[in-house]
Amino acid sequence: MPEQLVFAMEVFANGLMSGVLYALVALGFVLIYKASGIFNFAQGVMALFAAMTLVGIQNGQVPFAHLINAIFGTHVHTFGWNISSAFALILTVGVMILLAWAVQRFVFRHLVGQEPIILFMATIGLAYFLEGFADLMWNSEIKTLTFCLPGEMCLPQGMNLAIDDAAFNAWGVGFFIDNLDITATLVAIVLVIALVAFSQYTKQGRAMRAVADDHQAALSVGISLNFIWVLVWSLAGFVALVAGIMWGAKSGVQFSLSLIALKALPVLMLGGFTSIPGAIVGGLIIGVGEKMFEYCFGIGQCFGGVINLGGATENWFAYVLALVFLVFRPQGLFGEKIIERV
Amino acid sequence: MFYREAGDFKKTYSADNQTFPIKIDRVGYYLALVVAFLVIPFVINDYWANAILLPFLIYSIAAIGLNILVGYCGQVSLGTGGFMAVGAYACYKLMTSFPDVNIFFHVILSGGITGMVCVLFGLPSLRIKGFYLAVATLAAQFFLVWLFNRVPWFYNNSASGQINAPERMVFGVPVTGPNTEAWATYLFCLVFLVLSAIIARNLTRGMAGRKWMAIRDMDIAAEIIGVNPLKAKISAFAVSGFFVGISGALFFALYLGAVEVGEAFGITKSFLVLFMIIIGGLGSIFGSFAGAAFLVLLPVVLKVVGVDMLGWPTDIVAHLQLVIVGGLIIMFLILEPHGLAQLWRVAKQKLRLWPFPH
Repeated sequence: MPEQLVFAMEVFANGLMSGVLYALVALGFVLIYKASGIFNFAQGVMALFAAMTLVGIQNGQVPFAHLINAIFGTHVHTFGWNISSAFALILTVGVMILLAWAVQRFVFRHLVGQEPIILFMATIGLAYFLEGFADLMWNSEIKTLTFCLPGEMCLPQGMNLAIDDAAFNAWGVGFFIDNLDITATLVAIVLVIALVAFSQYTKQGRAMRAVADDHQAALSVGISLNFIWVLVWSLAGFVALVAGIMWGAKSGVQFSLSLIALKALPVLMLGGFTSIPGAIVGGLIIGVGEKMFEYCFGIGQCFGGVINLGGATENWFAYVLALVFLVFRPQGLFGEKIIERV
Repeated sequence: MFYREAGDFKKTYSADNQTFPIKIDRVGYYLALVVAFLVIPFVINDYWANAILLPFLIYSIAAIGLNILVGYCGQVSLGTGGFMAVGAYACYKLMTSFPDVNIFFHVILSGGITGMVCVLFGLPSLRIKGFYLAVATLAAQFFLVWLFNRVPWFYNNSASGQINAPERMVFGVPVTGPNTEAWATYLFCLVFLVLSAIIARNLTRGMAGRKWMAIRDMDIAAEIIGVNPLKAKISAFAVSGFFVGISGALFFALYLGAVEVGEAFGITKSFLVLFMIIIGGLGSIFGSFAGAAFLVLLPVVLKVVGVDMLGWPTDIVAHLQLVIVGGLIIMFLILEPHGLAQLWRVAKQKLRLWPFPH
């Protein structure tokens, strides 16, 4: 096989993998949007917050240590214990549920009936709040995330291992895919199946879909909107946690993690805000598209390097693709057709 | 007792329609102008100019621009940072290509160029609405920043990739470059702000503004009663881009002096200006000023209180600032979705009745 083609295929496969990670974040958006009509800009920061909480609990950091030290002049940093990943995961899920409840109780309960754009801006405010809060709570240093389940099943560390260990070798040529990316793909598949099963076959899942369909009709058959919304935010928090773990293992738990939310936006636009398959397909298209575009035109590897834009096209390609796409199909690939009436 | 329209007889139609119908407001307005133009330039020093007054003036212009687009025309834009960058780079290219022309015209021209770019990115708004549009404007933000980073023509092939404002004079007084004095830059920005505010106020209460508001309230209904959505939306993008471009040019040439595009005009700038108009009040010129003043003052106050008085480390204060800004935005949206401007209106209404409420 010509080397060029192998390279291109490798780029393609890596694009698919990062697409899966985008899709993970986008899933959280879709869940909340379907159930409450809120476009949750804070999803990325929730992923960051979840990952930081997980690492913080694992390492036994004292929450708000920095702030406490500044106010009282003490020098506390850690409790001095290490908690196993599985237990920390459970605790973090608990924190995310608490967060979901707080968000519902203190923010969105007061905003019922407001225009969608007001709700959107509230989530931007929430994103800022949560970002500052997470930094205050667990300090803003870059942390490495090592996640091991009982039985020595550890998440592979993205960039820290030698490339040979992290690579998957096929056809006798160097064909590099991160083990982490493969794990992430598997996790994403399991997560999606679990979510679909939950919403199709459980009582709460059905109630959730009913709320998504029509708030008032759901209320009138005795579904508690508040409960469903807390449930949905908790689910989104859980998805954020999974995304946070995957991204955190890939590139360290740091501020830039919250920026993947911005990358998830074009994914949503492509797939449509209301469709779970749309989020997956959109994520894959964006992931592959931006990697291939960068490879072909960004650093000029295709067509003899006729077009060379000088790299870093990944920053904007997803948005421009989504923009161009939307002009032809305003509701996205799988979105519900937009019908407007006066 | 003093704040009444009683006894202030309007004799012409235009007097009846003026921006400040109550005499005390008018007096206050002229007083504010006199203080801004004739008092502050004599007492200003570098710290006040750079920490508070210049950012306030420049962000006010940007907020007015964005308010026209978001508050009046209802087209949410997250691309303000990118459009400010267009203004800055247009100003830089004009300043270096035509050194003999007065910088005043450069700034206005760069506003015009930004308006055109803004229209280009606004064209999809005819098909895309609401969130979809908000996300689509992110394309402008990221693409423009990337463009200015990657194409050397924009920064005249300078080795650092930065743009630096050369020294330019207005009436023999330097307003850009290293040898400026605080009062000169302040006055230069003030002139632009006052002109922008007057133009924006008159546009928004005229035919154009009413069309924008009709589009904002419901675009299909507006189309049916005869508002051309193409013209209304595009004109809103153009006018908004004009003001945002001017603010970007001033931000670069007068305030920062040297700019690295990703740092100065990143996505955070877009959000900052958006927060200004949310906190200040969507669809209000006064709100743009109030929001800009609030978000410019907040970090300064927090720094003075947190770092200087309480002696906390700066990073804690920076994080607290995020928490407070985020919390305030949520609080404003819950308690007063129309922002500081609405509080001001309510206060004035109360004042009219005070002290005899019946």
